[in-house]
Amino acid sequence: MPPVVRALAVVLAALAIVPVAAAANGKALFGRYCASCHGPDAAGTEDGPSLVGVGALAADFYLRTGYMPLKRSGLQPRRSEHLLGPAEIDALIGYVASLGKGPAVPAPQPARGSVSEGMTLFRSHCAGCHQIVAQGGYVTNAVPPALGDATATQVAEAVRIGPYVMPSFSERAISNRQLDSIVRYVQYAQHPDNAGGWALGNIGPIPEGLVSWFVAGAALVGTCLIIGKRLRA
Amino acid sequence: MPRRRDIGAETWAILLLFAAGAFGAAFVVVYAIDSIPHQTQFLGLALGLALLCFAAAMVITGLRLVVTEELVEEYPPEEHVGEVDAISTVVEAAGARLTRQRFFKLGLLVAGGGLATAAATPAVSFGPLLRVKEYFGTPWTRGRRLVDEDGRPYRAADIEEKSFYTAFAEGADKEELGASLVVVKLPVSQLKLPPDLQGYDAGGIVAYSKICTHAGCAIAMYRVPTFAPDEPRPALVCPCHYSTFDPASGGSVTFGPAGRALPMLPLTVDSKGFLRAKGNFDEAVGPSWWGVRNRKPTP
Repeated sequence: MPPVVRALAVVLAALAIVPVAAAANGKALFGRYCASCHGPDAAGTEDGPSLVGVGALAADFYLRTGYMPLKRSGLQPRRSEHLLGPAEIDALIGYVASLGKGPAVPAPQPARGSVSEGMTLFRSHCAGCHQIVAQGGYVTNAVPPALGDATATQVAEAVRIGPYVMPSFSERAISNRQLDSIVRYVQYAQHPDNAGGWALGNIGPIPEGLVSWFVAGAALVGTCLIIGKRLRA
Repeated sequence: MPRRRDIGAETWAILLLFAAGAFGAAFVVVYAIDSIPHQTQFLGLALGLALLCFAAAMVITGLRLVVTEELVEEYPPEEHVGEVDAISTVVEAAGARLTRQRFFKLGLLVAGGGLATAAATPAVSFGPLLRVKEYFGTPWTRGRRLVDEDGRPYRAADIEEKSFYTAFAEGADKEELGASLVVVKLPVSQLKLPPDLQGYDAGGIVAYSKICTHAGCAIAMYRVPTFAPDEPRPALVCPCHYSTFDPASGGSVTFGPAGRALPMLPLTVDSKGFLRAKGNFDEAVGPSWWGVRNRKPTP
């Protein structure tokens, strides 16, 4: 984020906090930050989907990751600094949840899961886009994000709602128990066991071998050149 | 003139060799302990220092200890001057046609021929003139159920929009090229199947071969918008080279190196709600080859 935009965001946030903090009125906040795309009654417009019935889960995910509010419709939402304070976010989540019956914020328990089962599930469901090391990747026309900053709750939320162009997974496809393992694996991938040295993203022996071949190969060729020049001289 | 014994250099070389031995032993010890922090760095350091000491010892030996002496000796005077000419004339007259140059050319020909044959073999073995029948075989027959990875059959009600599923032919070997499917559900209003694929879906549920038609990777990515008006259209994407297929229009290629659409499997729902195949794929599964469209797939 450029400094000017950041400063502007801080000023905007301050302006927002001062008058609203006392009331922390979810509906007023919604009118200020969300209604231009999602419509005054959250029923959706041509710039944004309806939020009736999405529940606290979706609101919690999109606001706490900083995916929303979006700068303009049509952009891929990305993890960014919060424009709103925690009290405003809580008020907004409460308001969106009150719009209709929807799923509550999940409470994954990664301690119950297993890393190895999580890795197997992650490989078959998630690694196609996010890579097996959870460092993100590419899909045509979109960028699957790296999961380095994702909290346990956010991983669980994303699996259930499938933000932006990600598919969603029901409890039949991935049970809550399996989800615990996936979250556990993502947490492991955020801080993998490090064997030491230059980790190279912990993506295994092949890149490590390639780097040593290229670095060592260049050094050896350079040495040979020097020896050859000195012998000729 | 042989140099006199260089005691200093000799001592240095011996010391360095012992140091190399010590670092080699240190490598073994560090490896055996296997519990100190930064283990790999110490292993690398020990090995590197051992090699460095060894190299230094060799350099000293080469520069200072190996006896070097230059002697100049004249060629002996040439003998039998006339006979050499006579013998070469006889050899040429004997007609030794296999000159060095011709021998070299023959060698080139043999090597080139061998390489060309090797290069042609895989192309010929996969050509349309030879046996390609097994590449048209798939395990799908009319009525065969779709099962998940653990063999549980899928019901139509299990398949939700905005999600994607991998399915296999019931009872078939999962490793078989034609056995795996990617199954997604789209709103019926969004389906734009071409005329020859009409009726292949079961209430918006569509099934395609999971094997990319470009290089045979598994289609592992499904891009599906949360808010359709603003976001990219639904697409099945292969992670290897980003071939992108449109599930709404019969798996047609919208981006990437794939040369033909994903083969589509016609689906139906039985009276108990299970998903079943209504027939075989519309085209052969797997990477394409010359003549891939010549024949329909067979069970």
